[in-house]
Amino acid sequence: MAEYKPTIGIEVHAQLKTASKLFCGCPVGFGDQANSNVCSVCLGLPGVLPSLNKKAVKLAVKAGLALGCKIHTKSIFARKNYFYPDLPKGYQITQYRFPIATDGKILVEGKEIRIKRVHLEEESAKSIHEQDKSLIDYNRSGIPLIEIVTEPDIDSPDIAVAYLKTLRKILQLENISGAVMARAEFRCEPNISVSKEEGVLGTRTEVKNLNSFKAVKKSLIYEVKRQIGILRAGGEIAQATIHYSEETGKTWEARTKEESSDYRYFPEPDLPPLVINEEWIDEIKSTVGELPEKKKERYMELGIGQVDAKIISNSAKVASLLEETLKIINEPIEISKWILRDYMSLGEPEVPAENFANMIKMVIDGKISRNAGAEVLKEMAETKKTPEQIVKEKNLIQISDRGALEKVLLEVFDENPDELTRLKEGEKKLIGFFVGQVMKKTKGKADPKEVSRLISEYEEKY
Amino acid sequence: MKTILEYQEQFKKKEITPLGLLENCLENINPSLNAYITVTGEFAKRELKKNNKEGKLKGIPIAIKDNINIKGIPTTCASNVLKGFVPPFSATVIERIEKNGGIFTGKTNLDEFGMGSSTERSFYGPTKNPFDPTKVPGGSSGGSAVAVASGSAVISLGSDTGGSVRQPASYCGLVGLKPTYGRVSRYGLVAFASSLDQIGIIGRNAEDVGIMLEVIAGYDPKDSTSYEKEVEDYSNLNEIPKDIKIGIPEEYFKQIDPEVHSSVMEIKSKIEKEGIYFKSVSLPTTGYIIPTYQVISYAEASSNLARYDGVRYGLRKEGEDFHDTIRKSRDKGFLPEVKRRILVGTFVLSSEAIAEYYERADLIRRLITQEFNEVFKEVDYLLTPATPTPAFPIGERTDDPIRMHVPDRMTAGVNLAGLPAVVAPAGMVGKLPIGYQIIGKPFDEKGILSVVRLVEKVAPFKGFLKEIQDG
Repeated sequence: MAEYKPTIGIEVHAQLKTASKLFCGCPVGFGDQANSNVCSVCLGLPGVLPSLNKKAVKLAVKAGLALGCKIHTKSIFARKNYFYPDLPKGYQITQYRFPIATDGKILVEGKEIRIKRVHLEEESAKSIHEQDKSLIDYNRSGIPLIEIVTEPDIDSPDIAVAYLKTLRKILQLENISGAVMARAEFRCEPNISVSKEEGVLGTRTEVKNLNSFKAVKKSLIYEVKRQIGILRAGGEIAQATIHYSEETGKTWEARTKEESSDYRYFPEPDLPPLVINEEWIDEIKSTVGELPEKKKERYMELGIGQVDAKIISNSAKVASLLEETLKIINEPIEISKWILRDYMSLGEPEVPAENFANMIKMVIDGKISRNAGAEVLKEMAETKKTPEQIVKEKNLIQISDRGALEKVLLEVFDENPDELTRLKEGEKKLIGFFVGQVMKKTKGKADPKEVSRLISEYEEKY
Repeated sequence: MKTILEYQEQFKKKEITPLGLLENCLENINPSLNAYITVTGEFAKRELKKNNKEGKLKGIPIAIKDNINIKGIPTTCASNVLKGFVPPFSATVIERIEKNGGIFTGKTNLDEFGMGSSTERSFYGPTKNPFDPTKVPGGSSGGSAVAVASGSAVISLGSDTGGSVRQPASYCGLVGLKPTYGRVSRYGLVAFASSLDQIGIIGRNAEDVGIMLEVIAGYDPKDSTSYEKEVEDYSNLNEIPKDIKIGIPEEYFKQIDPEVHSSVMEIKSKIEKEGIYFKSVSLPTTGYIIPTYQVISYAEASSNLARYDGVRYGLRKEGEDFHDTIRKSRDKGFLPEVKRRILVGTFVLSSEAIAEYYERADLIRRLITQEFNEVFKEVDYLLTPATPTPAFPIGERTDDPIRMHVPDRMTAGVNLAGLPAVVAPAGMVGKLPIGYQIIGKPFDEKGILSVVRLVEKVAPFKGFLKEIQDG
């Protein structure tokens, strides 16, 4: 008997990182006093009209581009009509038939997830229910959101979560959204169906009220089991909205779709069609970085290990340091090691790529030791000095001169006669001991490779 | 009767002060006509003492339809649903008038939310026609028309969604202008049907209307549907239009009173003598105007009026839960005609009906617009009657929504196509005035007002009421 397989699509609402709301100048804040960031427009008073926030449009276009979408030079706002106390106009301004972006895709763990659409819309207010009354905070009313909808390309709860993590990372890296889930800046509504037959979709349910990735995963696992259970028992899945309780880890049907409202969408007459010219799209395109997943692959092609490539590609700042440094010295592996071992443990300080590259170059060229390099980097982060300055000031130039090193080495031999005897008797591990002593005596400036070569030569002589 | 410029000349010569003129206007308010919902005489007097702003409307008393917000003064839209609502902001047009020294006599009566052609469907009772108080003044800007016709304001603002400025201007012997869609900011005008609404002007002559348009027209960043287009000197109308062609659309002359027909034809023959060329044209989609207008305006109204739910302002009737509160508040707040339009509008947008109604109406709207565009390749203006009949008796059509819509046939096509049009007096039928309409190309407000100005010169209207003749 064939197994039931889940098919999942996800809708995400992400709050755009703007200073003001989508259709008025009210500030966007979190945790501000209730109803302090409101005006006639976002309260929907009689006579007001919306004026579109250009920054929000720019960020929506950027999101579309970052998700590989086609950007539509003409999109249309629509009204979604329904009554609810937290909806001050009795309709939400959104985009319906003609969204700003469609037909994108992103790579999630090597799998392609198609993005059906990205559209702009306004947020509703927040209802606060107290024992005997309900209160409304309109601070959120009119905050700019994008809704990002996938095709049903996700086949497991794990991939669903991986998609959400990738998407959130992209929105954060591109500075499109803060995407902090605890602040409701990133909300996900997966829909899910199960089916035995390849290419045939079952009846789907929508899961709401998910406040963490953990909740997404748990609820989807539970919902897949619930649906399979119903079908195995010969039942039918009702198209429904499903709620998830973080406390019980269970899902339940909130309402069936038959009862759902008819939103009576129609074009918003208060806003002309949103026309975006190609030049602006190109301009925005130039600000969009490569997606982390793509970057990672490119770094791996340069010979950087998978884990290292992933870590570097996940931070725009770190990735940019790698790229800029590569332009100066073509040593991808060496640079990645410096980044991971030293740079990141310093808390990713501001270091000009040129200085970073020069420091690494000095180490590679044997001018300074690796340890000295680490010291230089630390100093660079703190003082903004160039590596050349630091090396000079701290007298870190590596001693590679045979004569000079030999002199120090002989001193060390004299000071450690017992160890020297054991070395002569063939105790190889003492090579390291002597290298260490030379390093100590030269305050880390000796070239350890050269020292160890000298010791080996001595050893052979005896 | 004096024009705005004549009053301002009198101010300069100190023959009358702005306060004196305001007091004269306030004295002319006849409560039995019920033109005003709120008289703001005291407010206006305070403003006059406080501000001495120079400007095109300095010291001119102006009446404002009560669906245009003036900060601090109640806006009722003639509806119980807005009970107690005082807007915290002024409409852009109000700010512009204030900047130009204009003062407000009050907020005038209308059909609730602008939905009607008679100013009878007001929570505050019907407004009466000053030429014959048993007749309607037209609507929905009936109060604004009556205020000017009876001398309580020199000029007034109304709103025109399907003819609501022009039709009362016709019934009250005045000049009523509906500007091109987007010429005047709608910010602060309480929406009825957003894609059709435009603030309009009712005055006694073309020049006054032009002055007011110079003040209120122009791009407003708060209204995304307003146009960034230069504001012309709309009151400079003395250049007699030359080499112009005026079209007579035959469909507009069918099913109208013979007196209306002959009055408009008389205007035609008088300006023909001034060298203007006339041509018969056809607008075959005219028959679709009323149903198309109804579907689109009701659909938009059903959405625009959804915000009156008793949650934040206005009338609130407590129910068992929030949905019940919304239901009860709206039930007690709206009069039957508004409810009817909300219901029909909700239906035509519903998923089962939208393709048959709203989308089809939108398509026909485009055809109507195209047809106007085609005709305007042949002619510069269109001359039509303003209304099929003079003012009708109060109460005659209140139970017959279809008949109530009949006058819209002459006026609503202009709203569907977004064109400018002006109505001005053509003469009297008995003791009732009757108007003609000039429709123009988009943004040719100056052109249509120039034609009216020409008519004023060659066929001056003599039917003004005593109050304003003395004023």
